[in-house]
Amino acid sequence: MASNSTAAWRGASVARRSHGLAHRLWRDRWIYVLLLPTAVLYGAYTLWPIVASDAYGFFHWTGFSASMRWAGTSNFVAVVRDPLFWNAMRITFLFVLVTVPLRVFCALVLAIVLNNPRLPTARWLRTGFFLPVVTTSAIVGVVMSLIFDPVSGPVDLLLLKTGLIHKPLEILGNAHTALWAVMAVWIWKWLGITMIYWLASLQTIPGELYEAARIDGAGAGRIFRHLTVPLLIPFLVIITLLTAIEALQVFDLMLTMTGGGPYYATQVVEIYVYDWAFNVSVPQLGYASAAATIFGLVTLILAIGQGAAVRAIRRRALG
Amino acid sequence: MTAVVPSVWRRCSRWVTALLLWFACLLWVYPLLWVLSASLKSPTEIFTAGLALLPRVFQWGNYARAWNDAHFSTYTLNSAIVTAGTVVLVVLRSALAGYVLGRYRFVGRTVILAVLVGTLFVPQGFTVIPVVQLTHALHLDNSLAGVVLALGAGGNVAATLLYMGFFAQIPKEMSEAAEVDGAGFFTVFFRVMLPLAGPVTATVIVLTFISAWNAFFLPLVLTLSRPDLRTLSVGMLAFQGEQSTDWTAMAAAAVIAILPVTILFLGLQRMFFNGIAGAVKS
Repeated sequence: MASNSTAAWRGASVARRSHGLAHRLWRDRWIYVLLLPTAVLYGAYTLWPIVASDAYGFFHWTGFSASMRWAGTSNFVAVVRDPLFWNAMRITFLFVLVTVPLRVFCALVLAIVLNNPRLPTARWLRTGFFLPVVTTSAIVGVVMSLIFDPVSGPVDLLLLKTGLIHKPLEILGNAHTALWAVMAVWIWKWLGITMIYWLASLQTIPGELYEAARIDGAGAGRIFRHLTVPLLIPFLVIITLLTAIEALQVFDLMLTMTGGGPYYATQVVEIYVYDWAFNVSVPQLGYASAAATIFGLVTLILAIGQGAAVRAIRRRALG
Repeated sequence: MTAVVPSVWRRCSRWVTALLLWFACLLWVYPLLWVLSASLKSPTEIFTAGLALLPRVFQWGNYARAWNDAHFSTYTLNSAIVTAGTVVLVVLRSALAGYVLGRYRFVGRTVILAVLVGTLFVPQGFTVIPVVQLTHALHLDNSLAGVVLALGAGGNVAATLLYMGFFAQIPKEMSEAAEVDGAGFFTVFFRVMLPLAGPVTATVIVLTFISAWNAFFLPLVLTLSRPDLRTLSVGMLAFQGEQSTDWTAMAAAAVIAILPVTILFLGLQRMFFNGIAGAVKS
């Protein structure tokens, strides 16, 4: 084994144009052996589902053990005509649009304050604000449904005691407030990780730069605007992207806090798909797949758009 | 801000900031303290004591109910197995793939990289039905192995890219020296390269651990017909559905689910923070 692998090892760096394709493949066989686990597992559990999900949309399919019947485009037509699907799309993207800027911005403010090396007990505070991140979304969802309970949840108790309200509020039971409550909890749950991202970004800025700016007589405001902000922009792009992806996947919190209700007011696309595929007496797997495919396509288009925007920003930052 | 500002005033303002932050921080962790307190109260106390956190008499019976009657002992074990399995699977396959992708030029490398990066952000709602179908087809729906594969086999591209970035910058001489000494490919990988990648492995372990322990969608749909395979998250939803009035036991169940990770985090804080920071820096 040792001699074989060494040959492959050396071979990789030798000029390769002189050899035929078959020869090169055989020479690098150890490389392919090491790639095999990822190729098989990733192929089966990520690539195949991407293809299969599109295909399933063209079938009538009422359960994993049932057989499929060709349906043409009827599932897709039905999804596009369903106002509840567009309701779910609207809620999903509203969630992203509201929470992502808030989470990214609040975490940045917190990180800047905590990044001050002279702030007393900064480490302890950092731990405190990070704590919700290590809890579990689904557990937090259930706990929050108790905390927002109109009869004896602490939120309503506090509001009643301070006289801000006079009768209990149905925060999660009200179609106008439920979504906002889940948004708040989601930001609360994940702010800590964004704060750590920002702290890490801030620490990449060398201290000497600040020294130099201060010696040159720049005030705190000017240092922030002309030094910190430009250096943070590449990080802003990455952090926003990561946060946006996470905000598209709020199934855990949403299902445990509101179950998509009341009256579909918090039904994000993931819950829509889950309801049609797993939460009905006769599963509509073809229909759910069609909905998932349309959602995937829209996300893809947005991701490409965002990618283009990122490149434009980078170019402007460099030029 | 010039040197004229008296340093006493500046120190005071720092303490005021810290104090304000402590107040905010207490509010921040209040929901967690509330669960802890609710888990030790009696059912009537939870409704009458209002916002007071300290229970009059500690009601350990809540934990007994959650642990035994609500099967949280089983769920805890399942969660631990699923998380450990997923972490091991992701570390091994990502390290291997990242190693070859980072150090070698070979036929198909560009295609593999393009596919990995192109599918970096596939929403789970999009792939969940085929994953369940695949688990059925492989007859894995009767074991936790199905859940582990569903969580660790796909996705996790970031882990591969992190390893790739790391291995790409290790100088060639390092591995060549080991080979001259007669070490084989796998020896070099496991004895030299993987230990060198310690910080990356720490990052991958932390990120995978958080996501696997948090996992809900896939474990939920994969265990719909097998209550004995539920993880903590899924068990909590079932508990809420079956015993929605037993708040104190529900709170105890939540503490059972949250506390171990919290203690682990408090003990390994540095590793957690460095791990997360490592993800954004590269």
